[in-house]
Amino acid sequence: MSAENPHRTRHDPHATPDAGHGERVGVYVCHCGHNIANTVAVEEVAEWAGEQPNVVVARDYKFMCSSLGQELIEQDIQQLGLNRVVVAACSPHMHEKTFRSACQRAGLNPYLFEMANIREMGSWATDDREAATQKAKAQVKGAVERAVRQQPLEPLYVDINPNTLVVGGGIAGLTAALELANAGYHVYLVERDSSIGGHMAKLDKTFPTLDCAACILTPKMVDVANHPNITLMTWSEVLSVHGYVGNFTVRVRKKARYIKEDLCTGCGTCVEKCPVRIIDQNFEVGLGYRKAVYRNFPQAVPKYPVIDTANCTFFQRGKCRACEIVCPTDAIDFNQKDEIVDLEVGNIILATGYEQFDARRVPQYGYGRLANVFTSMEFERMVNAAGPTAGRVVLRDGVTVPKRIAIIHCVGSRDKNYHEYCSRACCMAALKFAHLVHERVPEAEVFNFYIDIRASGKHYEEFYHRVLSEGTHFIRGRVAEVTDAARGPGEEGQLIIQVEDTLIGKQRRIPVDMVILMAGMESRKDARQVAALFGLGCDYDGWFTERHAKLDPVVTMTEGILVAGACQGPKAIPESVAQGSAAAARVAGMMGQRVMKREPVRACIDAASCSGCRICNTLCPYHAITFHEDRKVSEVIPALCQGCGACVAACPSAAISGAHFTRDQVLAQIEGILWDARQPEVLWLEPQ
Amino acid sequence: MENEFQPIIVGFLCNWCSYRAADLAGTARVHYAPTMRPIRVMCTARVEPEFVLKALREGADGVLIAGCHPGECHYVEGNIKALRRFTLLKAMLRQFGVEDERVQLVWAAASEGKQLAEAVDRMTEQLRALGPLRWRQRVLGEQPVARHALEVEVGAD
Repeated sequence: MSAENPHRTRHDPHATPDAGHGERVGVYVCHCGHNIANTVAVEEVAEWAGEQPNVVVARDYKFMCSSLGQELIEQDIQQLGLNRVVVAACSPHMHEKTFRSACQRAGLNPYLFEMANIREMGSWATDDREAATQKAKAQVKGAVERAVRQQPLEPLYVDINPNTLVVGGGIAGLTAALELANAGYHVYLVERDSSIGGHMAKLDKTFPTLDCAACILTPKMVDVANHPNITLMTWSEVLSVHGYVGNFTVRVRKKARYIKEDLCTGCGTCVEKCPVRIIDQNFEVGLGYRKAVYRNFPQAVPKYPVIDTANCTFFQRGKCRACEIVCPTDAIDFNQKDEIVDLEVGNIILATGYEQFDARRVPQYGYGRLANVFTSMEFERMVNAAGPTAGRVVLRDGVTVPKRIAIIHCVGSRDKNYHEYCSRACCMAALKFAHLVHERVPEAEVFNFYIDIRASGKHYEEFYHRVLSEGTHFIRGRVAEVTDAARGPGEEGQLIIQVEDTLIGKQRRIPVDMVILMAGMESRKDARQVAALFGLGCDYDGWFTERHAKLDPVVTMTEGILVAGACQGPKAIPESVAQGSAAAARVAGMMGQRVMKREPVRACIDAASCSGCRICNTLCPYHAITFHEDRKVSEVIPALCQGCGACVAACPSAAISGAHFTRDQVLAQIEGILWDARQPEVLWLEPQ
Repeated sequence: MENEFQPIIVGFLCNWCSYRAADLAGTARVHYAPTMRPIRVMCTARVEPEFVLKALREGADGVLIAGCHPGECHYVEGNIKALRRFTLLKAMLRQFGVEDERVQLVWAAASEGKQLAEAVDRMTEQLRALGPLRWRQRVLGEQPVARHALEVEVGAD
């Protein structure tokens, strides 16, 4: 069958892929202490591996990843002349790099190394020693068969674009942008809202130091706006991302503000004179008003307002133009159009933050139904001196000062019906609220209903004790219900908290005037779309997945895409800042290398075999395949190819090969991994 | 229990989601049937139908292809390409009389170790109910000859 073209192994599926000649394989089976050795008979696997064709030496060792284990490999390469190395140990995601480096040190091309994952996918996944040992042998055999067909490969070196894109202008994004800009790198900061600042800009005080949030945040915002290395793009959204680490092209839509930024002085006259007043659902979370031309808050950065076309009289009815008339610098431009900008960047830091859990989803707490039930963000705005009530703690009527206030913890968090996780920041925010109530309304009584107080941070526990000593009541138990149905005298006209006080083992009904729900954090509604846009993963709850939960918390599986702040999981300000700095440091570290090494896992088209059918052209998600009209053949651009192999599998002429995942290598691995699958008691004869 | 048929499944796991899901299952010590033998590919789009056929021919009782969830592919939509190819392959396998349960395509995100383990367990149970595949007999029409019978023949020569 293959007589016509001996290179096309695809047409002869029965042929065993050719092994090369003179391959000398060393197999190393790791005990990983007891992690593997307790379930897999490692000595037996090593001994058996030693008897396999091409295997020159097979050893088992306590910890292959230790320096002694690595030296063992290096010695054998040099003394026994090994030219292939197989390590049966943990996942390649854990130690492939380690062993590749060991091979390289001994002068062996690192791509002649192969790993068999007998820990994560072997010993840790079963108790059945016999089956685990058999599976380990199969994996080793597959790895050996693959390794003998592996080819030496050279990494690709590409230049790194020194610009960075930061998405999200909350405290994490601001920190990352400033760190990089201070290090001398250019940063594009893209923010969806009209101003940077994020959630932190809405807060009054920050725990546990009771620093005024605006006092520590706004100087940073101004720094960002004025920094020569930062291009600030607010009221903008990322539309598409192309390219790869070091060379991304990002398309951004700058939404029309209808304000000429070069003329606007930020005087605010237009805002003042705008006749339309609507409830501000965004920044003031429904407690305050804004105009149709507006800024989120007076210190907004940048200072230019935006026109909300859905509510602007001119855009809706074609009349008004009040802002245009009063503007002293003629900065209003009703004809402004959205602008599409393409940015060239080397790395992208996502700091897209979180959303507050919608407290309406817990109907028994009455938010949205009972007027004086507030969310924590509403209360933040209320106690903020720059907020809708100018810092006065009042009921929904705007005048009555509450005498008894209930703060309910864990609304939507630590609850199997909503989110199982702890939102991390709300306990401390609740303590801060208790303190602020005592400060603003000294005669008021505050009740905290909690499951556990989570005050694990620097000076957090001390703050808890301070609030305790201020006389706040702490009642341990999850609140069953908040109701206005009075059962007796003393309850009329009040909100009653029905709760089991688990410390005294009794049901209690506590009448209050005001209830604050500590609604937890959840991932943004569009987190999955954003993840798809940037090509990174989300976990079950929609938080972006980091490469390693402990050791690599700001880098994602996608090279060049980093995460910082609450988009990766619930976080308070200090952790968000730390992550912002960490992400910036990682990016700066990479750019310090100037060129970067990329995996040589790439597709390559054999021009002689290519029929020019162009099936691969449209398959490639990276537009990495070009078609030469003159020669009627396709060609892969190595710098664009990401090595997925979609084209390799699709080529009807088998003209495309995928380096390190060639057809021969995979077919050989399949044969090896199934070495014991044929029934031993029979032989198979070809049919007559 | 001891004589229970232990099927062999070849698992093609994509590097970014499913391989990590299987890693996570191990790290979280989720125990599942030791029947799946993993082969790492960069993307499920790399899995040629030939790989599946080769595995079945070499004696696997089933093949599991696991990739990222639609919309979450590391390579944008490689999993969708795999799905299309898989659908065609299944149509062909059906004509060979190979049961649907023997070749499965599942999605497992890097965080879904437990789900992947459950998929392997479920498939193992299904294959156990179906029994061995014996592709060579069933599809290629080869006849098994007992080793001793062959030896007798050889001896007679």
